Amino acid sequence: MTAGRRWDRHAVERRVLAVARIAVIALAAAAAVGPLFYGAVLSVRPFASFVADPLALPSLSEIDVGAYPTALRSEEEGGFGLARFMRNSLYVAVWTTVLAVACSVLGAYAAVRLRFFGRDTVNGLFLAVYLFPGIVLAVPLFVFFSRVGLTGTLTGLVLIYMAQTVPVALYMLRGYFQAVPAGVEEAAEVDGCNRLQVIVRVVLPMALPGITATALYVFMIAWNEFLFALLFLVGDRERWTVSLGIARLGEFAVPAPVLMAGSISITVPVVAGFLLAQRLLISGLTAGAEKG
Amino acid sequence: MTADGRERRTGKAPGDRRPSGRRGLTRRAREELHGRLMVAPTLLVVGAVVLLPFVAVLVLSVQELRLIEIRSLGPADLEVSLANFARVLSASGFWDAVRTTVVYATATTVGSLGAGLALALALRRPFRGRGLMRGLALVPYVLPVVAAATIWKMLLDPQYGAVNEAGRRFLGWEVPINFLTEHRIDVAGLPVPVALSAVIAFEVWKSFPLAFLFLTARLQAVPRDVEEAAVVDGASPLHVFRHVLLPQLAGVLGVLAVLRFIWSFQNFNDVYLLTGGAGGTEVVAVRVYQELVTRADVGSAAALGVLMTAALAVPLLVYLRQVRKGRL
Repeated sequence: MTAGRRWDRHAVERRVLAVARIAVIALAAAAAVGPLFYGAVLSVRPFASFVADPLALPSLSEIDVGAYPTALRSEEEGGFGLARFMRNSLYVAVWTTVLAVACSVLGAYAAVRLRFFGRDTVNGLFLAVYLFPGIVLAVPLFVFFSRVGLTGTLTGLVLIYMAQTVPVALYMLRGYFQAVPAGVEEAAEVDGCNRLQVIVRVVLPMALPGITATALYVFMIAWNEFLFALLFLVGDRERWTVSLGIARLGEFAVPAPVLMAGSISITVPVVAGFLLAQRLLISGLTAGAEKG
Repeated sequence: MTADGRERRTGKAPGDRRPSGRRGLTRRAREELHGRLMVAPTLLVVGAVVLLPFVAVLVLSVQELRLIEIRSLGPADLEVSLANFARVLSASGFWDAVRTTVVYATATTVGSLGAGLALALALRRPFRGRGLMRGLALVPYVLPVVAAATIWKMLLDPQYGAVNEAGRRFLGWEVPINFLTEHRIDVAGLPVPVALSAVIAFEVWKSFPLAFLFLTARLQAVPRDVEEAAVVDGASPLHVFRHVLLPQLAGVLGVLAVLRFIWSFQNFNDVYLLTGGAGGTEVVAVRVYQELVTRADVGSAAALGVLMTAALAVPLLVYLRQVRKGRL
């Protein structure tokens, strides 16, 4: 009797959960790729046919990729300057990545291998930066940078992005460095390498995949960042980054396909890079989670 | 200990003429020096761009300072006045913004963790395409927020957005819903905050992948045998979840909840990009921006920022305690 009832309950639960599981997976798939797909479709549909039927897929004959070159061309050539925004973002993101990774390689190595006074403040810093509201930091930084004349320069942005990404990069790299066996380094030291040589010749090659993943993550954050670009560069169209550029264009009467083409163009490099380095990135980001 | 092992080994290294005791001491001193030197660049940058501004925002919050006065500002002009705080606290809409921020942060935390947990559990058993699904699920998290917001605005557009069109066609909506400006709509007699729900949905969509990622990592570390034993003992799937899995996940869920609450509480981008604060979505972060840029009132913006940080101190302390307990 009781066993029978319990089995009934199990069977019902199992069936409901099986349906729920499929529903969750389908919903997540739609949520993950739906908006991107929608944007991509709109970017290649002539606006008139889109207005006539907003839900239809474009027929092959009406597909028109003309919105992409229009978005990318400079304003003098009748475009919207996206190629220039991309150059600016590339400049900012590459410099941020180089500087942040250089700083955090040194910092992470020290935090993993060396005993020194203040080693624990490195962890404290990570928290401070990560949890302190960006919008609150923006107030004094805006005042200070206006005062010294760094607003309107990409250098100012690089400095801020660097400070915002170094802690995360340091945290990720620490995990990768811990995986490098100390014995190998000791052997190199016995062979007469000094500390810097040990790092360059032993640690870096062994942690290279991890460093690549960290660099990619930093690049992504710098490429995507919006608030500080808005505060510092809004008045200077020549220096707009991709995020600021697309956000500003969205406020003007820019044709929808061009706007969508722009959004897709700035997304593709980030998503492609992420999917390529996915496994590494995930293990670096969640290094602490298994502990429970 | 690796450090001890290393010291002993180098102490014995051939060609070392110094006595090993003193050699060990200099080595220790060198380690100290190198450690400090290597962390110095990080400390310098973070100190200049995060810690110093933190002090600066406290100072600015007690100044009567407009944006145009910045260029001529000198140390002699500094004052201590609580007028900014009085003005900010009594300004119209302040408490509405506080309420909106708390609702926004709470709802996104619940939604983001709930969605992340559901997906992590759904993808637990292997099936064909699971790896692909895991990768795709993270896409909303890595997208540039501006691109995501631009596409969402198009989706929710009252004239030709897909959501309104689908509503018209399949649900029989008679008037299009202006999702990003409408304050509230009565659904079956209940007032539903439309624009606020839209920005919450956006933030949940953007942030659930991170919860999913961490919960998946934690789930993989749950030992199988306890679960199997529970099943053998006749526990139903829901019982297994509640009594075996949930206790294992509680630590990570707690940390994620605090982090998500802190991040959503201070979120500026999403709301600013989607609604600009219209339709009852004005959160405190957007007000800080408006004080600073639109009203050019540096003192009030700083005061608002200080209040915001103070409000976050409570969840921050909770988080630090969890960290100290070794949960993340």
